[in-house]
Amino acid sequence: MTIDALLFWIFAALACGGALGVVLASRIVRMAFWLVVSLGSVAALFFLLNAEFLGAAQLLIYVGGTIVILVFGVMLTAGGAAPRLKATPGESLLCIAVAASLFGLCLFTVGSVDWVEVARRQGSISHENRPTAGTVGHGTHALGSALVGFRPAVVTTNKDGQPVKQVVLQTGYLLPFEIISVHLLVVLLGAAYLARPKQRREAGAIAASSGGPA
Amino acid sequence: MVSRKAEVRAAVVPGETLERFFSGWIPPISAFFAAAFVHALLLFHVLAVAPLFYIWLERKVSARIQDRLGPTRTGGRFGWLQTVADGIKLIQKEDLCPGAADSVLFRIAPFMATVAAFMAMVALPVSRGWVAVSLETGAFLILALLSLEVLGIILAGYASGSKWALFGAIREAAQMVSYEIPLAICALVPLLAAGTLNLMEVGEMQSGFFLTRWLIFQNPFCFIAFFVFFTVATASVKRAPFDLAEAESELVAGFHTEYSGLRWSLFFMAEYASMFTVSSIATLLFLGGWWTGFGIEDLLDPLRTWGLGIPVKNFSVGNYLLNLFGCVVFLVKASLLVTVQIWVRWTLPRLRIDQVMTTCLKYLLPMSCVLFLGAAAWPLLLTSTLGRPILFGTPLGDRLGVAVRVTQPELQGDEASAGSIAAPPSPFFIGSRSR
Amino acid sequence: MGAIGLHHYMMISAFLLATGITCMVTKRNAIGILMGIELVLNAASLNFVALGKYTRLGLDGQIFSLFIIVLAAAEAAIALAIVLNYYNNFVTIDVDRGDELKG
Repeated sequence: MTIDALLFWIFAALACGGALGVVLASRIVRMAFWLVVSLGSVAALFFLLNAEFLGAAQLLIYVGGTIVILVFGVMLTAGGAAPRLKATPGESLLCIAVAASLFGLCLFTVGSVDWVEVARRQGSISHENRPTAGTVGHGTHALGSALVGFRPAVVTTNKDGQPVKQVVLQTGYLLPFEIISVHLLVVLLGAAYLARPKQRREAGAIAASSGGPA
Repeated sequence: MVSRKAEVRAAVVPGETLERFFSGWIPPISAFFAAAFVHALLLFHVLAVAPLFYIWLERKVSARIQDRLGPTRTGGRFGWLQTVADGIKLIQKEDLCPGAADSVLFRIAPFMATVAAFMAMVALPVSRGWVAVSLETGAFLILALLSLEVLGIILAGYASGSKWALFGAIREAAQMVSYEIPLAICALVPLLAAGTLNLMEVGEMQSGFFLTRWLIFQNPFCFIAFFVFFTVATASVKRAPFDLAEAESELVAGFHTEYSGLRWSLFFMAEYASMFTVSSIATLLFLGGWWTGFGIEDLLDPLRTWGLGIPVKNFSVGNYLLNLFGCVVFLVKASLLVTVQIWVRWTLPRLRIDQVMTTCLKYLLPMSCVLFLGAAAWPLLLTSTLGRPILFGTPLGDRLGVAVRVTQPELQGDEASAGSIAAPPSPFFIGSRSR
Repeated sequence: MGAIGLHHYMMISAFLLATGITCMVTKRNAIGILMGIELVLNAASLNFVALGKYTRLGLDGQIFSLFIIVLAAAEAAIALAIVLNYYNNFVTIDVDRGDELKG
């Protein structure tokens, strides 16, 4: 086993174990902790997949931002019912059956494709034609260039078995990037407006209006 | 002269990495873990000694500001060993866990904060070639890892089961999360001038005379951004005057009220390690990194081939000594910035939490956005008026010597660095190995 | 155990997807449901990046994952605002209690 395989299995085990911990934990803050473990391991898997920028973005935005938001939400809504809420055993069993069958379907689909042949037919990414000399192929330079539309050349083999290099110039992703930036701004403005301080209904008023145990 | 420099650098650049050194004797996976262990030990010693030194420094500086002497007995006239004595006292205290606390999270939280604060040092270079992992997205990774400390703080406060701790944790989390935004934007301002996120390159390009080379003097926006960055960094590591989280006069002790002994000292060390980390980042991004700024290194450059080949192939004693000199310069600069942080703490009164949040969201954040816009538009302005994108000297990307470019793993086929003691093995980046 | 191929990453991604769906369905705490959504989005993100490395998708996989991360952050903010409003109206965070349309 090589080092890369060993590291992959370690982080894959941590990611899956963290996800199981999220499902099995009963207290909400422990669920948040296991989610941190799982998302941090996914960030490490991104590093193993040469997506360093994305791994750092995952740590910064997901772990350092989204989970902090979730824990804030937990703390702001902690005055209500008991902290441990469980589903009924029948619901849990049905859900586990559905999820397991979905997982089995995905495994079957993935396992029935010969990925080596797919990669061979599509050709590998060549590392010439990079925007700047001296950069490793999957760094921020390559990512920024790909956003503008400049992609690394693709090396495939033609009918004689000779390597053929195709220069790839596709449309960039700058317009979708700007669109989601504006989208994010609009969404956050909406969230700030939705979450403004409002009147909180008293617990007694709810019990009276619903007329007995719900 | 140029060709002599190039051949000097080319002679010392390909080096033996620790991992290859070990794998001569033990199987590859064990060699990898042994090399990683040695690097982690080296880094950890730097990070463990730095808080010890800065805690002592804080006590002395605060004493002098308050017109008294500070520690003068433990370990001689200057009380050098005071921190060690405090550490021994803390270790032998009882490990309490409150009854209302969530015991597992209560125990894990200090480690989460400390690990996040220390892990940020993994991508920070201290001298030419002296970095644990040389990443092309190094600056971004450090900012991301520094933002993980919030989680440790929130969990500590929430899991303590005490309302003082909870209030302190909520305030602290709001403060740290808010101040991350201007921190990242102000860190981006010199990186726009540098054109790369790779911190080794950012350090290398600042060699030479300081007024024309240090990134703080590249454009007026970088100059202002240094002061904004330093202010925001002080707030981000929850130092006074932004230390509401540990305000002794208000919240008993904030989020670490219920902690005692070694767990409390972990939070303490994490705070000083974070201070050191943000000061090192400020030094690297703005103040010239490991260069003195007066061109001394160019005079000493021929010494880099002295002692070539002792004790392993391609290691040069002269190169190592010059890198060590650079490391010392870097640490002195970072310590000066930490001293300024300590000085500010004992001079200025504490801000209220609403003042802290107003300062960030209403003043520092728009300021950093304007600086970012200005720094992005600066080359455009110069090109349209003067005809070149930079005010003096050559563009920054051209200043990188052969030494840095050849240390990119892919060009050499393996990891290398200039005769360094902490060679970057890049173990986690399979792309550079499997290609 | 040979080299790590694309199918390994896709299996991990499928596991995260299944676990996220279980979390979304099983939890009664509204924020627990949000955590399930985060797991599902991460599964998709991991899938994109793995495909980006092993097939001709290339850097587009990483760019899509960046978009997924941004949109997940936006969705988490809105979902939290909705949860806060729910808590203001029902004084509990249990989604099973939200069984009347009258606001």
